[in-house]
Amino acid sequence: MNQKYLVPLAVVFLLFLVAYTGVEGAGLQGFFGIFVPYAAVVAFFGGFFYRVTKWARSAVPFRIPTTCGQQKSLPWIKQNCIDNPNTGTGVFLRMVLEIFLFRSLFRNTKAAFNRSEKNELTYSWEIFLWVGALAFHYAFLTVIIRHLRFFIEPVPGWIKFLEYLDGIAQVGLPGLFLSGVVLLAAVLFLLARRIYDNKVSHISLAADYFPLFLIIGITISGISMRYFTKVDIMGIKELTMGLVTFNPVIPEGISGLFYGHVFLVSILFAYFPMSKLMHMAGIFLSPTRNMANNNRAVRHINPWNYDVKVHTYEEYEDDFREKMIEAGLPVDKKE
Amino acid sequence: MSKSAIFTGLVIFIIIALFPFWINFGKTAPVPEPELVGKAKTAKKCVLDKMDMRANHMSLLDEWRDSVVRDANRIYTNTDGKEFAMSLSTGENSCLGCHEDKSKFCDKCHNYASVDPYCWECHTEPKEIK
Repeated sequence: MNQKYLVPLAVVFLLFLVAYTGVEGAGLQGFFGIFVPYAAVVAFFGGFFYRVTKWARSAVPFRIPTTCGQQKSLPWIKQNCIDNPNTGTGVFLRMVLEIFLFRSLFRNTKAAFNRSEKNELTYSWEIFLWVGALAFHYAFLTVIIRHLRFFIEPVPGWIKFLEYLDGIAQVGLPGLFLSGVVLLAAVLFLLARRIYDNKVSHISLAADYFPLFLIIGITISGISMRYFTKVDIMGIKELTMGLVTFNPVIPEGISGLFYGHVFLVSILFAYFPMSKLMHMAGIFLSPTRNMANNNRAVRHINPWNYDVKVHTYEEYEDDFREKMIEAGLPVDKKE
Repeated sequence: MSKSAIFTGLVIFIIIALFPFWINFGKTAPVPEPELVGKAKTAKKCVLDKMDMRANHMSLLDEWRDSVVRDANRIYTNTDGKEFAMSLSTGENSCLGCHEDKSKFCDKCHNYASVDPYCWECHTEPKEIK
């Protein structure tokens, strides 16, 4: 047990209870159903904009390509066009693969001591973090897009199609959405990795556990509302449609579980810009991935460069020519 | 990455992420009320209590299907001792026998909440046949 994960865990429980008791006990539906979601949206977009513009202002003095393949060289040496691109197209492809398939993570290796008598350090390919991350991100994306059904009326066909694909297993009623199961399994795996893998556990801080517990809380409350405890879905859509049409209403009879779910989601959105979750925007700005490796072909000038005041040898000689001639030193220009 | 590229991306992201707000701009979305017509209007009580039916009708129908198909048990007795035919659309004592108009009852909420039950892939609404 360690406080780096016990504190975030307790905080997530508390946050949920604050909203649940606030609604069920104190009747603060308006605060948790209208004010908090709006505040979270403002905090998310404001913070997001602030963080990205701050990053955009920082100078990029030189290119730091970290390469995973042969760079462009002599014509008879085969270049790796995607892993070591020298053109914009190559960089674009590398970024697309990075953003959609997490290619850098795919190369993840792990260091461990061999179990043989020699007990030597070996490196092996470790794919499970990549699998878990891919499952987690795509399941979360699907879940978020599916939730648009609460924010659009009439619901467009492409969201219905996504719901159809997600529920294609037709397990039980209401039909099981695969994305929910995958999301919960993946996030639990990512948590287990942080807790049980000593090396990862050692470098994990509360800021690493908090989003995980928050997402676990959101997932469990969501799954529970759909499959187990049930909530008034019509009232909920009335509330969410009220939010997006700026006519907020609080319908009667929505369970506190829903407000707990919404409060955790609001916290996640508001916390997003000030946390590690900003890798969502940051991945686009990865300096080792988003620049072409053309250092040898194109001259890059440091934008930080200012006009340096120089004193050339010619000027020096102009200053001291007579003294130099007197002392018998050679000069370039003799008057 | 150039500053203009970063700002273009940022603006595109914000516009896309705010999509629920601008797509609904100036609209209102009134909540549809399922209408009780015919027998359902006078019956007052469904198989279970109103809130219970709202939350669990899909599970009930799922259990009924298994009961009919696997055990040939077609009669459901509710807590009041009243008997119902475990059928969605056949006969007077079925779901649609009482809730006579699917489009005014089932579809109202299902469409609003974007629920697409696969009941109607096998069953047909009695009215549609005529």
